Amino acid sequence: MNYYLRRTIRIPITVLAVVTLTFGLIRLLPGGPFTQLRVQLLQQGVPAEQVDARIEALQNIRPDAPLWQQYLDYLVGVLQLDLGESISLGTPVIEVIARALPWTVFLVVTSTVLMFVIGVLLGAIQAYWEGSTFDTVFSGGSIFLMAVPYYIFAVIGLFFLAYQFRLFPTGNAVARTVETGFTLEYFINVLHHAALPIIAFTIGGIGSTALNMRGNSIQVLGEEYVEVARLRGLADSRIATRYVAQNAILPMYTGLLLLIGFRLGGTVVLEEIFSYPGLGYYLIEAVNANDYPLMMGCFLVITVTLVVAVYIADLTYGLIDPRISAGDSDGY
Amino acid sequence: MATETDASEEIDWRSDASSAEMSPRERVRELYRRWIYEPAVIAWSDGRTRIGILILSVYVLMALVELLGLWREPSTNQAGRLLTPFESMQYPLGTTQSGVDLLALIIDSTPFILLMVLAGGVWATGIAVVVGTVSGYKGGTVDTVITSISDFFMAIPGLPLVIVLALAFSPENPIFLGVILTINYWAGLGRSIRSQVLSIREASYIEAARTMGTSTPRILLKDVLPNLMPYVMVNFVLAARYTIFASVGLYFIGVLPYSGQNWGVTLNNAYNQGGLFTMQAFHWLLVPIVAIVGLTFGLILVSQGLDRVFNPQVRTRLTGESESIEEESDTTTTGMM
Repeated sequence: MNYYLRRTIRIPITVLAVVTLTFGLIRLLPGGPFTQLRVQLLQQGVPAEQVDARIEALQNIRPDAPLWQQYLDYLVGVLQLDLGESISLGTPVIEVIARALPWTVFLVVTSTVLMFVIGVLLGAIQAYWEGSTFDTVFSGGSIFLMAVPYYIFAVIGLFFLAYQFRLFPTGNAVARTVETGFTLEYFINVLHHAALPIIAFTIGGIGSTALNMRGNSIQVLGEEYVEVARLRGLADSRIATRYVAQNAILPMYTGLLLLIGFRLGGTVVLEEIFSYPGLGYYLIEAVNANDYPLMMGCFLVITVTLVVAVYIADLTYGLIDPRISAGDSDGY
Repeated sequence: MATETDASEEIDWRSDASSAEMSPRERVRELYRRWIYEPAVIAWSDGRTRIGILILSVYVLMALVELLGLWREPSTNQAGRLLTPFESMQYPLGTTQSGVDLLALIIDSTPFILLMVLAGGVWATGIAVVVGTVSGYKGGTVDTVITSISDFFMAIPGLPLVIVLALAFSPENPIFLGVILTINYWAGLGRSIRSQVLSIREASYIEAARTMGTSTPRILLKDVLPNLMPYVMVNFVLAARYTIFASVGLYFIGVLPYSGQNWGVTLNNAYNQGGLFTMQAFHWLLVPIVAIVGLTFGLILVSQGLDRVFNPQVRTRLTGESESIEEESDTTTTGMM
């Protein structure tokens, strides 16, 4: 079967599995779905039917229905983009998420692209000058960068650049005074707020990317086809890009799939540190407020975002590896 | 495995038969030489690994100090508030805002952290190796089923899942926590081990073993796994690194349950109780950071040299048998974060 078609069909299946998992987790959470809230409301003298109705409104789950019924209701609700109502914020979960999702995607995409580009360039230069002082210094630096978690860069950056020198804001995605719109002021303000998180998240990943690229490039540089290309008298630039770079990046591209997952998950800590109003931030806020509908909504949407991101990465994979579109997907 | 002497070259290809002829004592000595002495010498010969081993032994020492109770337990008001490091040699790393000795805090949770890191690493790599080798070697339906399952686990971002699971299970036991933190880490690793096994499977010596009628578990253990070892060891370190990062990160933002303090909790307290605003409290923030980075750095340095330990070419060079082997390339692995 066609690779792209097969890949596309897998999406709804994965999403269904994820929704099922979310449902299972909701049931698993301490006290089951809203036991605590139910007891609380009953104690306040609210009639039992009203309590059930209220809980149903919160998380489209009817506590008194059989399990399969609850599951189906939940599925239908998710399909209609009804993720329940946030207890702590008092608004529909989907509204909160719609506001938060773009910020998270913005952070992850920008920092991942930056990290990948800078890391690949550094690694390639290191491999080209293998054994030079530049190589030694940057290899050591990369190993050290690998040992520092990204949130440490975030905390240190926040401490010096935001709190001590006041160069950057300490939280939020946009200043309250700036109006949303396609204005230069808004754009600059957004960048100003996102700069520290993006820098921290980028630096945190450069080390391993550069080391990877360096190792792969050195390996490719030793291949016979590179030697042959040199003997054929091809231009250096052509050898560097088409022969070495492309083949060195290829194995890293498959790792990108996992990388996006780790980074998307990592925004939870990052956004919390910078109080950046993305999905991760709301997830933690929801956890702290025992706001299960919001929490599971964020979890579900983060996961679905990952599924979509990996899908997009997989589609572009065919562009640099012709074997994929030829139907041989076993290679990775 | 390359040869050390001419004699061993002769017995190498049927080493199982010949080892049976050795006396138990010789066998123990041989095992010691092969698995402890030689790796140790090679590892020590590499500068990076040497530093890594030294760093890690500091942590083991700290864990021992805690287990033997050689350093005071952390408690509030045991010293002056916010002493800076080396201000008083009695509290070499300084104290927190509530007068807790920072060194005592760090030492206190070292066994916990080491145990958790070990559990996370062993669990993640263990499952990944089993899943990867079986699915890569067996192929067919087994492969399809395992691959679909790991695809599903790969589709879930780790930290959010851990947060939700932590809420459901409240893991406070270090081993259980290590397992929860790497609950879906094995999936990606298993996938890449699978693709390695796919290429090893086609090697002629595997085919030979299969033709000879060797059983599958035996082929996997004797022929496939040794080839994977360097990769697995390096990824063990990466999994351990992930466990540290994830646990400290989640303690830091306060979503993991805890009793007593540990590095992440200390970081959290420093961050939330004014460590960010004044220079006076900066060491409070810095000490747990150094503890975390040091441990990870040591692990990574060791893993950089492990590559050489498992490389038969390097071993041969050690015994001075062959000079013709070219400089080994630094094959650093995977793009995992």
